[in-house]
Amino acid sequence: MQIDWMSFTPLPSFLGGMILGVAASLYVLLHGRILGISGIISGLLHPKLTDTAWRLALVLGLVSAPFMAALFFGIFPVVEIESDWVAIVIAGLLVGFGAQYGSGCTSGHGICGLSRLSPRSLVATLSFMGAGFLTVFVLRHLIGV
Amino acid sequence: MKKHFGLVSQYAIGILFGWGLIISGMSNPEKILGFLDVAGNWDPSLIFVMMGAVLVGLAGFYVVSKKTGAFFGGALHIPTRKDITKPLIVGSLVFGAGWGIAGFCPGPALVALGSGHLKALVFVLAMLIGMEICERFFSAHQKASDQG
Repeated sequence: MQIDWMSFTPLPSFLGGMILGVAASLYVLLHGRILGISGIISGLLHPKLTDTAWRLALVLGLVSAPFMAALFFGIFPVVEIESDWVAIVIAGLLVGFGAQYGSGCTSGHGICGLSRLSPRSLVATLSFMGAGFLTVFVLRHLIGV
Repeated sequence: MKKHFGLVSQYAIGILFGWGLIISGMSNPEKILGFLDVAGNWDPSLIFVMMGAVLVGLAGFYVVSKKTGAFFGGALHIPTRKDITKPLIVGSLVFGAGWGIAGFCPGPALVALGSGHLKALVFVLAMLIGMEICERFFSAHQKASDQG
């Protein structure tokens, strides 16, 4: 195993992670819900009158986060997307289907589920991490994309 | 009035979560792929993100466990299921495969969309279609979105 010391950012990642934890904690305290992004988005597909506004408000917050980061702190997020269009579409379909079928994603299962010691979320997190490791290994080292 | 404060709070928490993703580096798909590439030049940063998030989250959810309702009113919608099911595992495996292809999961994809990346928009649209396919054809035996 070879560590990529140039990319490794333990401190900002730990601090950023704590902010994610604060957001998830505030969310459940104030709104009584799990901050699971996939579930909040998928609820918009078949909108109900009473719960569309809050879902949209949260999604808009996420979308405007880069602008607000630039405005308040002068921070511009690094976003490097090297996948081609076909890979993007396939990845999107799989992520959407999988999050819906598996009842959650990296936020709902990963952050919130592990924080509340849910056995289902632990199984889900180990499953998607395992599948992620395997997929990158196959793509980068076996096929060589 | 409280309803409007509720919406402002939703929006603010969305921004806060987005900032967490930006500061931790998780809004960058290449950094996610750097973590998932254990056999290559490995970037372990994501472990530190999870440690920070879960450390705070443990405290947050502990406080919530003593509460009976949410600040903005209404009951707590916290999942109670304990059963390990096939959809849970199969769905998570499929999710992980998609995550490993492009390095995007739902939250970071929305942040990247907000940074003006067209590919992030396409990813989000494909993701919505994937969710809809699941709802239409696979949700008969499973109540979806009980977890988030």
